Amino acid sequence: MTRLTAFTALVLSLAASAALAGGHCAAGKTLTEGKLTIATGNPAYYPWVMNDAPESGEGFEAAVAYAVAEEMGFAAEDVVWVRAGFDESIQPGAKNFDFNLQQYSITEDREKMVDFSLPYYSAAMAVLTRQGVVDAGAAPTVASLSGLKWGADANTTAVPMLQDLIQPQSNPLLYNDNTDVVEAMKANQIDAALFDLPTALFLAAVTLEDGVVLGQFPADRSENPDEFGLLMEEGSALKECVDAAISALTESGALAEIEAAWLADATGVPVIE
Amino acid sequence: MALLENGGAVPAGPLTKADRDAYARRLRNRSLAVAGGSTAAVLIAIVVLVPLAPGWEAVRRSFFSGEVFVETFPTLLRAFMLDVAIFLWCAPAIAVVGLAIALCRDVRNPALYPLRLFGALYTDIFRGIPVILVVYLVGFGIPGLGLPRPWNSPYIWGSLALILTYSAYVAEIFRSGIESVHQSQRNAALSLGLSDRDTMRYVVLPQAIRRVVPANMNMLIALQKDVALLSFIGPVEIFRQAGVYKSLLANFTPYVVAACIFLAITIPATRYADYLMARQARERS
Repeated sequence: MTRLTAFTALVLSLAASAALAGGHCAAGKTLTEGKLTIATGNPAYYPWVMNDAPESGEGFEAAVAYAVAEEMGFAAEDVVWVRAGFDESIQPGAKNFDFNLQQYSITEDREKMVDFSLPYYSAAMAVLTRQGVVDAGAAPTVASLSGLKWGADANTTAVPMLQDLIQPQSNPLLYNDNTDVVEAMKANQIDAALFDLPTALFLAAVTLEDGVVLGQFPADRSENPDEFGLLMEEGSALKECVDAAISALTESGALAEIEAAWLADATGVPVIE
Repeated sequence: MALLENGGAVPAGPLTKADRDAYARRLRNRSLAVAGGSTAAVLIAIVVLVPLAPGWEAVRRSFFSGEVFVETFPTLLRAFMLDVAIFLWCAPAIAVVGLAIALCRDVRNPALYPLRLFGALYTDIFRGIPVILVVYLVGFGIPGLGLPRPWNSPYIWGSLALILTYSAYVAEIFRSGIESVHQSQRNAALSLGLSDRDTMRYVVLPQAIRRVVPANMNMLIALQKDVALLSFIGPVEIFRQAGVYKSLLANFTPYVVAACIFLAITIPATRYADYLMARQARERS
């Protein structure tokens, strides 16, 4: 009896490893055979990657990356991290990564130049401001918000969303990155800025001393949803495999678990009318 | 009498002026043909060979997309007007501050030595720091001290950053102009009874400024491009607007559009500066 169980276990484990070795969809399609090269930003920001160290698997995107890698049949030690900014990712020519994740919003126009995976996160957009502005009467209504002086990170889809969702009365000022937006807010050059919710919550809690997240446009809004996807080279052979991995993670609830583990609960942030 | 190089018949008599002119004309025509031929060959090589590169199609889509060009051009041109405006209010301020600093460095009264020192320090510091750093420091730093609106505007402080940096360069140009006026002219002015001040005002500066006009034209052209650095602290001028399009369309063509718009201004300006320099060289010779 014991022998039979052992035999069955042996057969099963053999079958499983054969399935892994033969069936995994990324075989021969990655930059380096047997390795999965993943790019992220330099630096990578909280709460997407903790301590700018994606190798640790800590932070939402770092955790998603390892989950996707596992689903595609790569062990954690087969994941290689590189850094690549947005410009490097969209330049024509060979890429130094299999996929790149750093809160890239999927848009139709971008799809023409690069490939995106299925979305791994739907971002609510949130209004970051300072206590002084709230005290001066700013409220989470579009009417009140449109009168503020706005800023945004120029390299994000927050720029068109600002126009679509809020329609500010004066022209917004645009900056290179989060740090510069916060600096301009400290210098009182702008009243408020539009970010994805996790970034806004982080900036309000850590970077901006009297920062307040005034309100959010929820992720499930019907117009202009902001969905993050893994970015791949146009026509990437890996896309199908990555998509399958993300579908599996979404269906099994693993993505939702990762989200709950790393991203703050946003139910306390008022919804903007 | 030598055989003519082009193998023409050797005239029987002595060479006339008409013969020499005809020879010169033939030589000129031949070099024109050679220059035209080689230029055409290079152009054809570029037009034919570059598209043969395996990645050309991808490069064309990323950098030279006609669709994106047409889509972004009007907005970028409008954004460029902001560059022009910033340029227009910075340039006169730079000329005034630059001249003032140059005059500080030329002060010869021992009691005013601190002014000289200030002038030297100013040019050393602002020529030594990268423009973008000055833009950040002044553009975010000074408003951060708690200035009320509208006095904390990035337009004001960003412009000041450009003025500080460029006036340091322009001051050095003015100083070189002032020093190029020979000491004997100052002596002559003094002997006529002009004060130091009047010597500078009526004798030195009119000559000095004229001599450095071409060099200052170069600074204007450089300034015209560096205005784009103000985009780092907020203003949405052409470079920033192109960056926004680049990000939204995942395409670099908007930058090429911006470059074309810049060239439309800077090429004529550069040619004009060349013309001024050539004219000055003629006048001096």
